[in-house]
Amino acid sequence: MLVAVLSDIHANREAFEAVLAAAEAAGAERFVLLGDIVGYGADPEWCAERAMALAVQGAIVLRGNHDEAVGNPSVSMNPTATLALEWTRRQLGAETRAFLAALPLEAREGDCLFVHADASAPADWNYVLDADDADRHLAACSARVSFCGHVHKPALYCTAPGGRITPFVPVAATPVPLLPQRRWLAVMGAVGQPRDGNPAAAFALYDTENAELCFLRVAYDVERAAEKIRAAGLPASLAERLARGR
Amino acid sequence: MVKARLKPGDVVDGFLIEDIAHNGGMARIWTVSRPDVDFPILMKVPVIGEGDDPAAIVGFEMEQMILPRLSGPHVPRFVANGDFATLPYIVMERLPGTSLYPLLERLPLPPEEVAAIGAKVAVALDSLHHQHVVHLDLKPSNVMFRESGEAVLIDYGLARHIHLPDLMDEQFRLPYGTAPYMAPEQVLGTRSDFRSDLFALGVMLYFFSTGERPFGDPQRLKGLKRRLWRDPLPPRARNAAIPPALQEVILRCLEVNPAWRYPSAAQLALDLQDLSAVKLTARAEKMKRDPFSVVVRRRFNPVTIETVKPRAAEAQLANAPIVAVAVDLAAGAPDLAEAMRKTVARIVENTPDARIACINVLKINRIAIDTSLDEEGRNKHVLRLVALRTWSTGLPAPGGGITFHVLEAVSPADAILEYARENHVDHIVMGARAESAMRSMLGSVSGEVAAHAPCTVTVVRSRPAAQ
Repeated sequence: MLVAVLSDIHANREAFEAVLAAAEAAGAERFVLLGDIVGYGADPEWCAERAMALAVQGAIVLRGNHDEAVGNPSVSMNPTATLALEWTRRQLGAETRAFLAALPLEAREGDCLFVHADASAPADWNYVLDADDADRHLAACSARVSFCGHVHKPALYCTAPGGRITPFVPVAATPVPLLPQRRWLAVMGAVGQPRDGNPAAAFALYDTENAELCFLRVAYDVERAAEKIRAAGLPASLAERLARGR
Repeated sequence: MVKARLKPGDVVDGFLIEDIAHNGGMARIWTVSRPDVDFPILMKVPVIGEGDDPAAIVGFEMEQMILPRLSGPHVPRFVANGDFATLPYIVMERLPGTSLYPLLERLPLPPEEVAAIGAKVAVALDSLHHQHVVHLDLKPSNVMFRESGEAVLIDYGLARHIHLPDLMDEQFRLPYGTAPYMAPEQVLGTRSDFRSDLFALGVMLYFFSTGERPFGDPQRLKGLKRRLWRDPLPPRARNAAIPPALQEVILRCLEVNPAWRYPSAAQLALDLQDLSAVKLTARAEKMKRDPFSVVVRRRFNPVTIETVKPRAAEAQLANAPIVAVAVDLAAGAPDLAEAMRKTVARIVENTPDARIACINVLKINRIAIDTSLDEEGRNKHVLRLVALRTWSTGLPAPGGGITFHVLEAVSPADAILEYARENHVDHIVMGARAESAMRSMLGSVSGEVAAHAPCTVTVVRSRPAAQ
């Protein structure tokens, strides 16, 4: 089965639509959303509703720190994110707010674990930024293959029993065989706010039959998404960073 | 893990185990067959026991990962991978004959034979590098040949695919490779530079042409590191029959700094195919090792190794295209010639390590006994070469050098296409013939080349003045 794994949509409707279309065109049969559906972007209600619709169709949808912060003011954020969050709260209806608040923090399916941030303490929202972080994550879970987001930069870590962690920066559109005798942690890039210098929306397709993971990038209408952020009166830096992919 | 002990007659995943072909320390190799596979195949099964070198297992995993992603005549065809949970194996094409290893019994080889073997191996490396793979264990026992003549590189246990995670990296502190053939940067732990394979090929060429290994066969890391500062005895000092051009090629491959070697295997292949076109430098005439004072200085102030990270490795290779510039000297249109030179200049500016081959086709008659063998014919050929050189005056010097070739052929388009295929040309630049009755009768050479070329083709036109 071909599973599309998306993370950090961040209320970017244009990017979300482009990724969904690309995943469907590639034959994705299942969707997994690793959280942060809202925050930063100008279309939180639309994106949350779309996520709800996917969940109804059987998608796994998880909670990220921005989704959590909508209903939980104690989640700490930087000033820009806080401004965006205050705006986001006003845009969301009661139904989508309830949907976001009720999302699970992690999901396990077969030998795969899905979670928004580091699996050792999912509610603490720690980033997986390097091999040490990956080691902590892998030590805390038993899944052979796990997926997280939160970082906005794609990465892939693997380890053999007793071995060290091998970090790798994935190359788009090159399937990587996740060798069965190893454990793997795939950090998804962001759909709605990439930060690896490439503005194209990021996601991945995981083929469960042959355990091949393919990181992908999709071009989308960055200008339109940025223009909506400005028009909504959100911090201008949030619009500018979309074009830079930083 | 199931420890299956295979024996002839066993059937594994549909493969009938026939005979043991090789019983090595790291792997057993069986000849096998399966009814739906219509070419000879073998099964490689790793020998995994307690206390074994973990690198052997990782190497096997790497080979399972890389081999299915390779194609073309220069690699063994991949058939199947066996699961580690049951029985790990790789089934692949069995190549005829032996590797280059038995050749070591009759060294030194004549220089022409060394160059011919080297050219074939370089072409195979070029194919591998363009599939994003550095072999990192090139040596005589890993080179085989097809009956059609192409070199085939085997054993990807130490190889690195630039687009896939490197399981060897980080895992082990010691550098992995085969001591006599390892490039200096590989000794220091770099596993992502395509030019490391050119160093290994240089060691092979040196060994084949002199009968001696340039850096011996050190058994410890300290001995391996010697090649960072101690230069080998020049090949001609060991074997006077080696021409200066071959020594030039070998010593360039053996440069400590990868940036001083050939920028691509394709450019190395070009030189090995035609030693007469090799640009000679001080390397060609060197007859002694560097003096003691120089070596001591280098020992404590090592040569800078300008190696590249995985991301930059492909950019480095892309900077070194082979560009064939097909010049129609008869056209005589000065505007077109100028436009062609400008196009070539821009290519050199953008890809500074390019190799430029200026070619001109000398048309010969289809049936009539041609004059090309007589004095007049030779003169024609030489005159064309002179004209080509004159045409190229003022072109910027590309890093890969510039060469001139007059091809004698009945059909210019066929000659250009054949040259491009044989020399692994990346880019053809040619002028469009002006509108004329001749063109409408004969068709356009550039059109035919553009339609059938194995690479990018730029057709240059000078813009006509406004009517």
